[in-house]
Amino acid sequence: MTTLARRLGGVTQTRKSAVSTGASVPVVLALVGVAVFLVVGSLSSSIFAQQTVAGLAQGAIFGSLALALVLIYRATEVINFAQGELAMAMTYVGYQLTIWGLSYWLAFALTLVISFIVGVAIQLVVIRPVQHRSVIAVVIVTVGLFILIDGLVTWKWGADLKFMRAPFGNTVYHVGNVAFARQDLGVLLVSILSVILLGILFRFTKLGLAMRAAALRPAAASLVGVRVNWMLAIGWGLASVLGAVAGLMTEPSQFLQPTMMQPILLYAFAAAVLGGLESPVGAVIGGLAVGVFLNLTGQYVGFATSELRLPIAFAVLLIVLLVKPTGLFGRKQVRRV
Amino acid sequence: MRRIPVAGATVGLLATLVIVLLHFGLSSYHQGLAARVAVYFIAILGLNILIGYTGQISIGHGAFMAIGGYTTAIMSADHHLNLIATLPLSFAITFACGLIVGLPALRLSGVYLALATFALAVSVPQFPLKFSKFTGGSNGMQTAQTPGNSWLYWVTWSCAGIGFVLAWLILRGRTGRAFRAVRDSALAAASSGVSLPIYKTLAFGISAAYAGVAGSLFVLVTNGFAQPNEFGVLLSLQLLIGAAVAGLGSLWGVLAGAAFIALLPTISASAPLVGSSHGQDVVFGLIVILIMLVLPNGVVGLLARLGQRRNA
Repeated sequence: MTTLARRLGGVTQTRKSAVSTGASVPVVLALVGVAVFLVVGSLSSSIFAQQTVAGLAQGAIFGSLALALVLIYRATEVINFAQGELAMAMTYVGYQLTIWGLSYWLAFALTLVISFIVGVAIQLVVIRPVQHRSVIAVVIVTVGLFILIDGLVTWKWGADLKFMRAPFGNTVYHVGNVAFARQDLGVLLVSILSVILLGILFRFTKLGLAMRAAALRPAAASLVGVRVNWMLAIGWGLASVLGAVAGLMTEPSQFLQPTMMQPILLYAFAAAVLGGLESPVGAVIGGLAVGVFLNLTGQYVGFATSELRLPIAFAVLLIVLLVKPTGLFGRKQVRRV
Repeated sequence: MRRIPVAGATVGLLATLVIVLLHFGLSSYHQGLAARVAVYFIAILGLNILIGYTGQISIGHGAFMAIGGYTTAIMSADHHLNLIATLPLSFAITFACGLIVGLPALRLSGVYLALATFALAVSVPQFPLKFSKFTGGSNGMQTAQTPGNSWLYWVTWSCAGIGFVLAWLILRGRTGRAFRAVRDSALAAASSGVSLPIYKTLAFGISAAYAGVAGSLFVLVTNGFAQPNEFGVLLSLQLLIGAAVAGLGSLWGVLAGAAFIALLPTISASAPLVGSSHGQDVVFGLIVILIMLVLPNGVVGLLARLGQRRNA
């Protein structure tokens, strides 16, 4: 398979152009238009406002997981199919910590540390050996991880529903006649905050600079002394942390079960593709857009019942790939034949 | 194999003989297991035509199995069609579905195709839930007859045999050459007159049809019961893993891949340490990762490497 796989890898190996990611004017205008539509709709209908806020909260979760996928994709052009399952496993770790008596937020912080270590370890042990081989080889390894993690969690904790303490309580705020769940606002806040912290890390620290260099120009980066392999491992660690945030923020609405992140992974895929698969900002905006879109179609399109949420996300993904494969914020790839 | 049809034919005859003789040697329970192997054999065969020979990845073949499986269940339960007669029908329907999916896949490759087909695998099991009037929803639906293990053994392995010969015929001739040309270099293939749209969608259609028949038989093997959960994303992942174990681009390795995914749950369930229910997934995942790390060419690659060492 190696020769074949190398060829397959070659198909997607493209030269990264010097054009930086950034939104084009029409995209920005469209986004502003959507935002205006959402604000106007929310002001005129309380149900619309409620669905929008709930959609934003869910979308922030999709965005975090999408961002985790994008982090890894930018660095190695690989999609981690186990990202959702890893997030699920880390949520169980958090659950176990609270069972052992830690307070929620202490368990939360400790889970993030553990996630980082696990992410780095996975990259070092199973991803690095196949990293240079091909897209298919790495995809199959992540698929193996998917099943392995799923099995480990079900083995250890069983397949039945588990419940954690609600981190934000069950308070509902009323603004006018619109009800906002405190939980939705908290989820939104935590997810966005983690994304912003990550952005700061990448933009303003030396480590972030080294990581961006390792992802964009591995050869040049290693020439100036960046330890590229370690940067990739740290990238996996950070992706795993973001995933853990997504998992822990999913728990209050979905409860714990081994399959809880599988649909979310698909939404995150749709979000990442919508954002251009290469753009961190795009992943987050894509996530919010997918979340709001799913909620509003669920509310206002009679045919789109909850069973069709996944197929709708699939349709979004497919349409973006076919109509505008670079997504909202992706850059055109220059392919050298 | 293309160069030495005599050897191929001998091996084929021997395989047929072994399959026929095994029927008399196996207990009813083991016949059921062997029928499962045949089902996965057919599905992985089709997947291998797509991934191994045409170079297009799919993580979504469980979706086609679902379509085939529900075709058989609906046709048998609601229209009282003979079970065997449903097989060509699901072949035709999934072939058409494969062509339709193959069309957008023309514009996608590598990671993007993997993403889209994964999304397909996650989405399709939702449709029986949505249209529960026709499909029984999450309770699933039951075929009119439930065949015994001996019947299953004959039917599944006959289908597997037909499928294998068909795949061999397709791949040795003009079409197979075109598939491999597309895989090796799409650009070179196109410039020597191989139509990319035709052969890429054709590969999708053929492999989907294999998966469809496998899905029909899968329903029959699981007591004639079609259920959305059975066709979940794990099934698609298992097929991909079976193809990787088999070694992409080889027809004979498919048997090893099929046996691996069909029998591992049974074997690992009786293993001392793994024991009960969910240890099997752990073993499954571990073995897959180990295989990718240690045997990147699958079982066939290992045999080839051993052969080379002996010759050297």
